[in-house]
Amino acid sequence: MTLLAIEWAFIIEKILLISGVLTLSLVVAMYSTWGERKVAAWIQDRRGPNRAGPIGLLQPLADGGKLFFKEEIIPHLSNKFLFILGPSLAMLVACMTSAVIPWGDVLTIGGHTFSLQVADINIGVLYIFGVVSLGVYGIMLGGWASNNKFSLLAAIRAASQIISYELAFGLSLIALLMLTGSLSLKDIVEQQRHGWWNVVYQPLGFLIFLICAFAECNRTPFDLPEAENELNGGYHLEYSSMKLGFYLFAEYINMFISSALMASLYFGGYSFPGMDSLGLDQNIVTLLGFFALFLKIIFFLFLFMWVRWTIPRFRYDQLMRLGWNVLIPLAIVNMLVTGALVLWRQGA
Amino acid sequence: MQALTNRAKPVDRSPLTFWERIYLPAILKGMFITFKHIFQRKATVNYPEQTRPFSPVFRGLHILNRDEEGRERCTACGLCAVSCPAEAITMEAAERKPGEEHLYREEKYAARYEINMLRCIFCGFCEEACPKDAIYLTETFAPSNYQRKGFIYGKDDLLIPEQQLPAPKA
Repeated sequence: MTLLAIEWAFIIEKILLISGVLTLSLVVAMYSTWGERKVAAWIQDRRGPNRAGPIGLLQPLADGGKLFFKEEIIPHLSNKFLFILGPSLAMLVACMTSAVIPWGDVLTIGGHTFSLQVADINIGVLYIFGVVSLGVYGIMLGGWASNNKFSLLAAIRAASQIISYELAFGLSLIALLMLTGSLSLKDIVEQQRHGWWNVVYQPLGFLIFLICAFAECNRTPFDLPEAENELNGGYHLEYSSMKLGFYLFAEYINMFISSALMASLYFGGYSFPGMDSLGLDQNIVTLLGFFALFLKIIFFLFLFMWVRWTIPRFRYDQLMRLGWNVLIPLAIVNMLVTGALVLWRQGA
Repeated sequence: MQALTNRAKPVDRSPLTFWERIYLPAILKGMFITFKHIFQRKATVNYPEQTRPFSPVFRGLHILNRDEEGRERCTACGLCAVSCPAEAITMEAAERKPGEEHLYREEKYAARYEINMLRCIFCGFCEEACPKDAIYLTETFAPSNYQRKGFIYGKDDLLIPEQQLPAPKA
């Protein structure tokens, strides 16, 4: 392998890191389903799952087992390839975004420096947008391949919602990128490590980003794609067994990743106040930073659940009006004001 | 039109103010309310480990009582069956043989005593009708069963075991 001059340590490091990040996202998503029910129960003065294992901690395993053993039905006359591709794509896209999120600073083991980020690409934010917009395909394919007109309608509803909110999502980020001057998530986090968190400079931008993240993850109050009570059930109407499980699971992975994204972009990622003045070993600081990021992520996951069990759904026209008439103009105004301030500071 | 009660509330149709229209304060208020509930006392009971106390007038499954010496009190008079509006109780009487005095209190006893729990409406009339204080409604639930015939409770299901002291309800 001297020809290609590939450093084996590099490859092993990346493989380990990728498996680690994937496992982490899956485990967090699993326990989000548990957390969701616990939070729901607490908010409704109940106790929540407490049968499977201590305080119900084995509940996700029980649910997974149940989903695996359910009867699997692929509708007659449906496109089987696309039918299977739909949930796979949803899951794949949900997992892919985690590649550019910096999970921590560098670790030094035996002279080697390992970065706790799978890929520090200098267009990290663009990559995320590219991948997130692919997520629509999972939903559209699911609705289309089911060969059920209600699923198709629901898929169109979901797709138009996601595309509409992606605009405000992107616009709110542009204002942030004007401040940071970098598309690399690692750079953005490092800047916040030495200065204030971005949420201080971009409170409105963060709010828009947060609302859009809720909409992108199909979370209440924007969970019309799967509004099973008042609409017909959503793009996954014809899905059963683990394929439905994949769709639902992808939602939780999306939640995890968007929480990580929000923490990284606006709340300093793995940095925490007083990080550089601790005088500890670099590796320990990195681990502490990882836990700091994790705490932030857990807070956002809790926020997702908290909002879900507080607010009722929007009506579809209200949802569209909020997206197009409120969030996009607000994001543009935010962008213009930020741009003007950046120019003014450069001039002064 | 004159109001029937003085509890009518006029509907507020004034247009929403700016703060009301941006929703966020209302959402935050709602979130504060739900957050408070996390720390409130849970309304639920951990059922199999913890049971909710019944009120003293609760009427659950029946029990056939014994007297102080452990003898069956029931004399198969049939008053409970007669008083039963759902006709859930059937019984067959038999005569006490010599030597069975330690088993049955009177000369007549119920050889078969059945209550169909599917028919029973737990009204408690049998308890009221019984002249011998033999039948009582306890504070237990009717358990579930897979088969209909499992709900026909015979004497072995209803009689309290001999070791137990008869504990008539207060």
